[in-house]
Amino acid sequence: MNPLLASGDPLFAHGVTGVVLLIVLIKVLVGFGAIMGAVTIMIWFERKAISDMQSRIGPQRWGPFGLFQTLADGLKLIGKEDLVPSEADRFVFKLAPYLVVVPALITFALVPLGGTIHVAGHAVMLQVANPPMGILLMLAMSGISVYGVMLAGWSSGSKYPLLSSVRASAQMISYEAALGMTIVTIILATGSLSTHNIVTSQGGGVWHWNLIRLGVVPFVVFLISITAELNRPPFDVVEAESELVGGFHTEYSSIRFGLFYLAEFMNTITMSAIIVTLFLGGPAGWIPPVAHFKWIFPIIWFVLKTSGFAFAYVWFRGALPRFRYDQLMDLGWKRLIPLSLGWMLIVAGFLIAPGWGFLMAAAVFLSWTLLTRAFTLGQSREVGSEAVLPVVGERPIPGRIIRKLTDGES
Amino acid sequence: MIAGAYALASVLVFATAALLILVGAIGVIALKNPVHSALSLIMTLFGVAIAFVAQSADFLAAVQIIVYAGAIVVLFLFVIMFLGVDRREHVHVEPLVGQRAFAAVGAAITVGGLVVLMARSHWVTGAMSVSTKGVALATGQANVKQLGTAIFTTYLFAFEATAALLVIAVVGAVLLARRERSVHDEEVEVDA
Repeated sequence: MNPLLASGDPLFAHGVTGVVLLIVLIKVLVGFGAIMGAVTIMIWFERKAISDMQSRIGPQRWGPFGLFQTLADGLKLIGKEDLVPSEADRFVFKLAPYLVVVPALITFALVPLGGTIHVAGHAVMLQVANPPMGILLMLAMSGISVYGVMLAGWSSGSKYPLLSSVRASAQMISYEAALGMTIVTIILATGSLSTHNIVTSQGGGVWHWNLIRLGVVPFVVFLISITAELNRPPFDVVEAESELVGGFHTEYSSIRFGLFYLAEFMNTITMSAIIVTLFLGGPAGWIPPVAHFKWIFPIIWFVLKTSGFAFAYVWFRGALPRFRYDQLMDLGWKRLIPLSLGWMLIVAGFLIAPGWGFLMAAAVFLSWTLLTRAFTLGQSREVGSEAVLPVVGERPIPGRIIRKLTDGES
Repeated sequence: MIAGAYALASVLVFATAALLILVGAIGVIALKNPVHSALSLIMTLFGVAIAFVAQSADFLAAVQIIVYAGAIVVLFLFVIMFLGVDRREHVHVEPLVGQRAFAAVGAAITVGGLVVLMARSHWVTGAMSVSTKGVALATGQANVKQLGTAIFTTYLFAFEATAALLVIAVVGAVLLARRERSVHDEEVEVDA
């Protein structure tokens, strides 16, 4: 069987011809252009909005309203000297920025930007790619982008970036669990992994959007976890400038720093787009009764919704103080993961039958009570040399030998 | 002609995946720096994911990247960074007596087993699965359904046993890592 048929893209239904290849190429180029243009505007928008919130003027010199400030910054960064610290691991140091940029681009390729149009007898979906494992690919890419941050910090051969990369790896792994659970909830309701199907299953009005259909809880969990996954304020302990100088990219300069900066904003836009795709029906919206150009309205709806979330991220940054590292970990492990897990069980129960749903809700409530009790017990525990737990059973290895192994030379 | 093109493409995909897997696997052993070894392990995992996609096992490929590359190797790197073991170790004394002989025997058994399997079974000839007698598994979305049904019905016991094994491993790790406090320890702390 033709494996491309299984990909769910009607473009490949009649085999791969020259025209189809050309369409794919154009889609890729347009997608790339769209995200690059959006990043340029997003950087300007964030600086302008933040400066308004902080009663400053912000960029104003280059172009109308300072619109060309980003271009000027980019040119300046390219013109700067490219430094590699003497203690750096040269290969990894140069590799790391690309490990951040490439996953950001791939994730954007999965987002449906509009409906389906017909070009030269071919049905063309307005999304760069629609692989059958769409949303899992997004999770995989957010897993890969951890490496960029982590390796950038480690390979710099400097203390603050290393601390930052240790924080980044722990934080991003912790929040990925909650993220995954929420996505499972969506997949349960949709019955499909492809982003296109997730969007089409939410068609037919606002009440069918996952935001409302699944209860608001998965949306809130997803929004918080994705903000943490992006290392955006208020979860930006990775680049907390008052503690870690500049975080993982302290030692980077020139275009390599530019790539990190680019990827950060690219991720912000992409994740806003992913939230819109998963919870707000993607390009779904009211289409006015016009004869032509009907296909343009879904794109407008999509851009409007995505801009809303992009603004929300800027707003978070302007309004919320940074979390402390332990608060961040508490929120991830003690609140979001149990919450998303419990909600997933309740949704799964209701999908089978209301009876099962209420049973699950009762079970989740019971576990929640137990968990809260366990947390209070753990927090009120006395920490001191006398408060050590008693020894349970016999150790397979005597303590003397373990101490020798773990303490090394001492 | 189209069939020929697909055959050529699948050979190319297989060659790429095999190259990634082999180069990565050799890199894991041969590279001196543990972080570089972890990186080449990621390369191997990507090669395996490509091989999964070539076999229409898209779900396994995605999970391979999410779980292994996205979580497990990140934890490896986390430990390497946290414990600062990224300096070269001096392994002059072999910790296990006769480990080279054991390694040779183990390698011989593994390679021998593979050769015997190849000689007696058909899985190198492009059969999609051992259990379905060479009938291709469903592709795309149906793939996930098939896999889920198999795990939660036929292989439920193995699945639950694996879960129990993982919990035991976590509990064991906590037990081993918890240090007993003795009078001696507290004296040291007072001194320091």
